[in-house]
Amino acid sequence: MHRAVRIVSWLYALAVYAFIFLPVVVLVLFSLQSTSFPIPPFTGPSLRWYEAVLSDTRLTSALVNSLLVASISSLAAVTLGFLSAWGFARFVLPGSALLRGLITLPLTVSYLIIGMGLLVLFNWAGVPKSLLAAGIGHVVINLPLCFAIIYSQMGDHQVNIERAARDLGAPEWKVLLLITVPVMAPAIFAGFFLSMTFSWDEFVISFLLTRFETTLPVEIWNLLRSGLNPKTNAVGSLVFAVSIVLVVLFELTLLRRKPA
Amino acid sequence: MNPVANNGPGRGAGRALPWALVTPALGWTLAFFVLPFIAMGLSSLTAHEGGGFALSNYSQFFTNPSYLQAMVNSLQVTAIVTLVSVLLAYPFAWILAEQVPERWQRLALMLAVLPFWTSYVVRSYSWLLVLAQNGVINRVLTGSGLISEPLQLANTRLATVTGFVHFFVMLLTLTIFANLKQLSPSYRKAAADLGAGPVRTFLHVVLPLTLPGIMVGAFLTFVLCIGDYITPQILGGNNELLMPQLVMMQIGRRGDFPLASALSIILMAVVTVAYLACARWLKIERA
Repeated sequence: MHRAVRIVSWLYALAVYAFIFLPVVVLVLFSLQSTSFPIPPFTGPSLRWYEAVLSDTRLTSALVNSLLVASISSLAAVTLGFLSAWGFARFVLPGSALLRGLITLPLTVSYLIIGMGLLVLFNWAGVPKSLLAAGIGHVVINLPLCFAIIYSQMGDHQVNIERAARDLGAPEWKVLLLITVPVMAPAIFAGFFLSMTFSWDEFVISFLLTRFETTLPVEIWNLLRSGLNPKTNAVGSLVFAVSIVLVVLFELTLLRRKPA
Repeated sequence: MNPVANNGPGRGAGRALPWALVTPALGWTLAFFVLPFIAMGLSSLTAHEGGGFALSNYSQFFTNPSYLQAMVNSLQVTAIVTLVSVLLAYPFAWILAEQVPERWQRLALMLAVLPFWTSYVVRSYSWLLVLAQNGVINRVLTGSGLISEPLQLANTRLATVTGFVHFFVMLLTLTIFANLKQLSPSYRKAAADLGAGPVRTFLHVVLPLTLPGIMVGAFLTFVLCIGDYITPQILGGNNELLMPQLVMMQIGRRGDFPLASALSIILMAVVTVAYLACARWLKIERA
């Protein structure tokens, strides 16, 4: 009985792993195709499609745009999130629960609707489509996330150290920079990295709010019009690699700190 | 949990400091989330031609059968995806939490959600490689002589559902795994002491205790799935439209912002109703 459960479990787990990895393996394998169609039989390995990606200035500039939008919008989101989390955790504010609810509200709304709203507003206000507009949208989706993560980690421990610093004569700004920020660093990193990955991956807001200069997911979307193409496989594999690096960095910087 | 109680502002902090801290975030949310939402609401109440006040954008939804059909399609696809994903992910998460040795669990879980981090657009495209007319599955099936003509797999509802399930199985495995690990082993020991076998323990103890967690995961799946444009657009094609595709079509082809706004608001209303139902269910469950 016990053994049968074990065998069935293993088979089931293997089947699910196969399902999860099937598209990724196909993607990466056929990015190494040497002929022009990413379909069986496999004719590689060859790096010609990676060369094609790296020499395509539209793709490389979209990649730079994506990194810029992701890092700047994440920095903005984590700064706003941290300051507000500190304010709400440290001070008694009237209507605090309601205001905190307001900040986290965008978490419950789909990206499509956030993007649509900004499109309508910017259209009325005469704000042109741009990377800046998309970046504003990315802060909207990531700010509640950063706020929620950092707010949930603010506790008595940190309050006591802050009070000690203040008793020793530190002004507020010094308490903030020299005490609160370092103590809260893991939560701040978590918010920043998560925002980076979400912004790096985000499609629909960027699609609605940018025009000529755009981010990588939108540029990849444009590539899809040419149908199945090993170049798309190559750029997809590169994006996957970048995301994996981000995730591994996240694991290493954050989870290693906690005592096992 | 919250340190507010015995911790007034520091000396010299004044009244201004706390507001200076929270105002930027509140202002951002008001300016770029609440205000756009109001703009969208107003836009949905204006006529596309002429610009006067009109309810026509909403009445169109209820009178045009193809719009209603898009909502029905969306709800059906989302329901199927949510159900299939939960049914696939629960046993998988259970195996990871109970059958895999403790020291390998972290690695096993990380592996299970690795493709979660591929880009959204790329993930759907990858499924296209697998499901296309001359894609991997059709090549394997025709090559082995199982079928003579390639199957129509891409541009179908099945393809959309497959792409969605792939993503949500990973998401739900994460949430259900966390849920199972939080269960104190003493519950299981108590059930065993009282004479329950492993099957009864699972059915009467483990499953009911993890049900609220499953509901939260299922709700998350519902919300993310019903609002997604990429997966149905790439994998389902234009054979049958889902709501997000319908919204994007109004913007792209026709530049009809008012109608797109109205459709978005209707979509959001449906999600809100689902949220309230879910919250109510959870409250009843806890009481």
